Amino acid sequence: MLLWAVLLSIWSTLALRVVRGRLAEVVPVATAVLFALAAVFVGMTVFLANPFVTLAQVPVEGTGLNPLLRHASMMIHPPALYSGYTLFSIPFAFAIGALVTRRLGADWLLATRRFALAAWLALGIGILLGARWSYLELGWGGYWAWDAVENAALLPWLLGTAYLHSATIQEKRGMLKLWNVSLVLGAGVLSILGTFLVRSGILSSIHAFVEPGATLRWTFVALIVIELVASVWLVISRREQLKTEHRLDAIISRESFFLAQNLVLLALAFVVMWGTFFPLISEAVTGTKSSVGPPWFDQYVAPLALVLVALMGIGPLVAWRRSGLAELGRSIARPAGIAIAFGVLLYILNADVRTDLSALLLFTLAALVGCTVIQEFARGVRARRAMAAEPTAKALAQLVRRNRRRYGGYVVHFGFAVLLCGIAASSSFQRVTEVPLKVGQSIHTRGYTVTYKQPTASVNAERVSLGAELLVTHNGKPDGTFDTSKSWYPANQTPTVGDAFAGETETDVGLRAGPLRDLWAAVEPDTSTILPIAERLDKKFGDLTPIARAVGIAAVARAYLRNPPPATFRIVVSPMVTWIWAGGIIVFFGALIAIWPPGEPVRRRLRMPVGRKRKKVGS
Amino acid sequence: MDPSRKRTTRLVVALVCALGLATVLIYTSFSAGSEAKTPTELLAGAKIGRSYQLTGKVVDGSVVREGGQLRFKVRDRVGTASVPIIYTGQVPDPFRVGREVIVTVRKAPAGGAFIGEKDSLQTKCPSKFRAAKAGS
Repeated sequence: MLLWAVLLSIWSTLALRVVRGRLAEVVPVATAVLFALAAVFVGMTVFLANPFVTLAQVPVEGTGLNPLLRHASMMIHPPALYSGYTLFSIPFAFAIGALVTRRLGADWLLATRRFALAAWLALGIGILLGARWSYLELGWGGYWAWDAVENAALLPWLLGTAYLHSATIQEKRGMLKLWNVSLVLGAGVLSILGTFLVRSGILSSIHAFVEPGATLRWTFVALIVIELVASVWLVISRREQLKTEHRLDAIISRESFFLAQNLVLLALAFVVMWGTFFPLISEAVTGTKSSVGPPWFDQYVAPLALVLVALMGIGPLVAWRRSGLAELGRSIARPAGIAIAFGVLLYILNADVRTDLSALLLFTLAALVGCTVIQEFARGVRARRAMAAEPTAKALAQLVRRNRRRYGGYVVHFGFAVLLCGIAASSSFQRVTEVPLKVGQSIHTRGYTVTYKQPTASVNAERVSLGAELLVTHNGKPDGTFDTSKSWYPANQTPTVGDAFAGETETDVGLRAGPLRDLWAAVEPDTSTILPIAERLDKKFGDLTPIARAVGIAAVARAYLRNPPPATFRIVVSPMVTWIWAGGIIVFFGALIAIWPPGEPVRRRLRMPVGRKRKKVGS
Repeated sequence: MDPSRKRTTRLVVALVCALGLATVLIYTSFSAGSEAKTPTELLAGAKIGRSYQLTGKVVDGSVVREGGQLRFKVRDRVGTASVPIIYTGQVPDPFRVGREVIVTVRKAPAGGAFIGEKDSLQTKCPSKFRAAKAGS
């Protein structure tokens, strides 16, 4: 919460600086809302959960950061997520401001657009890094578990995605005002809710860090309820001003595709929300807490994701206002042709895909998205070359520079398609094997033969690691070796040998990542033969000096190497996981392009409608 | 059709779709959901064949590894009633005696033990803040 308050202050300051001199009526209210939020969080840290409370006695040494969290992505994941949450407060505050002052044009929306985009991006980075950490650090082999807290981060992200698209409609056509305000308010409330879930432990989650006091919980609930009630009341009482300026002209138009996309995202958000809060809902209805597992989520999310990708492929080709079927047919012919050809080829060449048609459909649609994006870029470049006789590279740069949002958006689409391919492939065709192996034994999975070559052990001042060196052959050809191990950290309660195995454990995952598939391995060494040795040593010598203890631990490790019991291995072959991370990076760059401050000419155009401050341009 | 009629029809269609989705959602979630139980509740009445989500703490000295199997007992957060679990699959790193866990279980047909669903074991992240709280 301290972090929340800090980040909120930083972003608020930045936002208020960026909009200075504009939106004279909206800004004071928005400022008040931001202040109120900051006050609540600062108040909570000062009065209810002071993070600087000192311990009753001085510990000899702190326990240090949990070894599991010592990973580069874990350094960025929490601040990124919280930046996302707090950044959503800014459009939220401005939406409230616009509602209160009844200035519901596109001004507030334009002013906070980049903050909404930044919030979306930061939240996305946070989610993705969390997934990567889970894949690399937890001995599990997965990256997403539909855990309550994961969902809590996904919810505002989904609404944010919807908003970024529908905001364009309001800006260009003055439509969907009510919708936009509601989305922004929803994302704002969900951000607080997300923070609350992380902090509260009302839902069973591996992320629920602290058992907070009841007052803290009620403060959060009160905050959410106030936000919710205020939002709903404001929207209802201002509905006259929120009336649309135009009607939807035709079913086949960019607007209606945006709307469809919004509805799908909203449905996704609703599904995720229902699943996440189902334990509370069922408790209220039937009296017993009951929860739904990942298969339940998958069964809804997969088809909705398919529709979403289809819209992503077709949407950019549809013209604003009114577009005919014939026109759409002309522009879609080539990408659709290539995508279908790709799908057919995949069906013929890949036996796996034949077993899972929804994955095949997703790959085909993703290919459509890719082709659409490439076609749009090519069309733009060609037009520029024809007009300005520029060389291709310059034309491309100019094209993107002139309309960062549009082309940045296309890059995001492309990256997202890549990412979804990775998710589809790795979730549909993942093969998990879990077997106990003796030294020299091997297992066969998906063309790989993995042999337990020899046990490994290492002891240092911090931890004891026991592991295995694995020999890999792929389709009969030797493919090198890789290591995996499990480490024990001391519990630091007694200076004994056994204590060294009583603390936190951490799995060092063995990973051979490739563009097409990852070979992932984790080991669970059997300590039942060596723990008795440690016990005997402790019984004989009692408390030990640090040096004697180190000797004892080394002896135990050597005993493991001399006579290694069978170890349990978890070997996972996941196709295309690398695509998820690669797609994420592409999305990141796309979003950066879209977020980059526009050059002077564009900025002047954006400021024109406000009118009064034109002379400030260039300051 | 005049525009307002058309709009109404569109609205009705949209509402019906939304309601349909909501109904399916509610139905499947209630039928697929597994009940969350504490050890005491589970001991008091668990039907064979149903799966439950058990939450509680790992009992001191109850963890035994045998081959690929993990046997342990889960007790109430506050209290002593405990349930024996036989579990296979992946064990999260933070899994330790005294930690809070969530595991999906089914009652074994005989013997009074509960069979943990493969790979369903979750351990709550140990809190580094809790020690500070206890000391304050």
